[in-house]
Amino acid sequence: MPDIFYILLRRLRTPIISLILIYAVSILGFVLIPGQDNDGNVWHTSFFHAFYFVSYTASTIGFGEIPYTFTDAQRMWTLVVIYLTVIGWLYSIGALLAVLQDPAFKRLRAEYAFGRSVRSLRTPFYLVCGYGDTGSILVKALADVGVKSVVVDCDENRINELELSDYLRRPLGLVGDAGVPAVLQMAGITSPYCKGVIALTDVDKTNLMVALTAHLLNPDLRVLARAESPEAAANILSFGKNEVINPFETFAGRLAMALHSPGMYTLYTWMTGIPHEPLHEPLFPEYGHWVLCGYGRFGKALQHYLEHAGIDMHIIEPDPAAQNAPPGTIKGSGTDASTLRQAGVEKAAGVIAGSSDDANNLSILMTVRELNPDIFMVARQNRQENGIIFEKAGFQLIMKRGDVIAHKIFALLRTPLISDFLTTARTQDNAWANGLISRILGVSTDEVPYLWEIRITRGRTPALYKSCLKHAVSLFDLMRDPRERDEQLPVIPLLLKRDGETNLLPDGQQILEVSDRLLMCAAYPVHREMEWATQNENVLHYLLTGEEVSGGGLWKTLLQNY
Amino acid sequence: MNSEKVIFGFFIVLALTLNFGFFIGEIDDITHHNVYELFAALVVSLIATVLKFGDRTHLGAIFLATSLVADLQLIVAAVIWGYAEHAGASGINTEAAVAIVSFSGGALLANIISVILLVAETMTVRR
Repeated sequence: MPDIFYILLRRLRTPIISLILIYAVSILGFVLIPGQDNDGNVWHTSFFHAFYFVSYTASTIGFGEIPYTFTDAQRMWTLVVIYLTVIGWLYSIGALLAVLQDPAFKRLRAEYAFGRSVRSLRTPFYLVCGYGDTGSILVKALADVGVKSVVVDCDENRINELELSDYLRRPLGLVGDAGVPAVLQMAGITSPYCKGVIALTDVDKTNLMVALTAHLLNPDLRVLARAESPEAAANILSFGKNEVINPFETFAGRLAMALHSPGMYTLYTWMTGIPHEPLHEPLFPEYGHWVLCGYGRFGKALQHYLEHAGIDMHIIEPDPAAQNAPPGTIKGSGTDASTLRQAGVEKAAGVIAGSSDDANNLSILMTVRELNPDIFMVARQNRQENGIIFEKAGFQLIMKRGDVIAHKIFALLRTPLISDFLTTARTQDNAWANGLISRILGVSTDEVPYLWEIRITRGRTPALYKSCLKHAVSLFDLMRDPRERDEQLPVIPLLLKRDGETNLLPDGQQILEVSDRLLMCAAYPVHREMEWATQNENVLHYLLTGEEVSGGGLWKTLLQNY
Repeated sequence: MNSEKVIFGFFIVLALTLNFGFFIGEIDDITHHNVYELFAALVVSLIATVLKFGDRTHLGAIFLATSLVADLQLIVAAVIWGYAEHAGASGINTEAAVAIVSFSGGALLANIISVILLVAETMTVRR
């Protein structure tokens, strides 16, 4: 406050001085001009009376001529005073409003309010730089699970959009260039509550600067940065322990996975889903000839992945020479039937509309549907706003770039075990993934399965920690239903991590040890039941032995002694 | 020469001189102390305060602080005068006179500090 307050006062210096002078002159005039009392004697107004009169006249209250009826000379002066003070006040208030409305002053005020809110944050938060499609999905997902985020974006409209959002945990937004260290400092990069920085701006250089700032100002901070070019990615990876996401690679890799191992793709989508999102049924695209429209950065990455997976395809690109397209590329936008026929759409198994223009993508797929109604259609949706029409069009697969990347980051932020699980799962084949999917379908509702981590430590799972020290506790025991121990909770242990070793889908007979980390998967309500058992000694005792105990610490100590 | 500096110095010194003019005289005799001079001292002191707004240096902060002290002291002196003359039963008696003058004496001290700071600031500028 002090800074802004003094700036405001400095801007108002002239109006305040003019008000003081106007009052001083008015008061002095009344003191000098002689008046008359009721008996006609000369009466000099004192400073007190003059100040009183000027005060109520200037504020247009107008109590009248007090204490005695004025002489004509006093009335003349009153005329002057009225116009002088009214103009003085109008000018001062006008100047005050002008300063308050001044864009520069408003920005200063917003920055001040933002800085104060960031400093007073007492909960862990993530600093998100860039509030585009990806950023907004990520911030919403974080808000839904109760994690606060602080957003920096250079576009004022996007920050306004953020201010108007109705999230439970309202994110804080600042208009500013994330590439400027002072802006990041104001956004709380050095705060002990800052858990990580996510650089999602469109400019690689800015993201690099964010990573550098984070590394120098707060070396322990986790940094996730988006990088479009391999050079920028290498640059960001070269210092600190940063994680880099290439949007095109990630996106194309995921799409290629959807085509050659749909089971694995479904598994990935579910594992990186945002809690309470509806569950999408698995897809089964056909093998065969594919048509790819658009050979930009995304198209190139996609071709690389699909070629790797052994999928044969035809490429349609408006400007093959400029994009360095491989020989055999058909020139054209793909929105007209002739180029699509030339690419063999009528006999193809699937088509991918992968240009960076949503209107073109929609138009391509509409034309394709006329030519070959049974074809598998994959649409790339670039802008979140166009979601309504893409949903309505009924394509088999819609790839939303913002979604894919935001979900990946979200999964990375939630628990590192998810990323461990997915890496290990990648070494398995599609049949394994299909098997796991049907198991997960068995335990989940119509929402994506809820994933959570159980870490056997004294602080987080006190009951389980104690039991593991005393007896052998198997995973099977932990998964018993706290209401009826002969039943099993519908939950799937996905991963067990012990001393850096990962154990995929651990067996029920597995004996748990202190400091083990488990990744569990179930419907959301089941998660609460299991948390209960890990934290409450009585519940856990019932699960392990079948004996019902109740009572507090004193009763237990007594029982132990006798 | 800088006209802003001239105005600034003028008001600070004028605040001191007017204050001194009001203060001088027998402390218990109100006839030695002119009411117009008190009025002028108060107005000039207020203007000097506003002139000091917005200087974010350390010296600027002290300038503002001393000026606010002087304003406060003079306002209290004026209020006592007004109360004693109009609301009090016995007019301006010795007691009231002593209070008014001693408050203005406090303001004088604050104004002296202000001027010392001004001189000190001027000494460091070798131009």
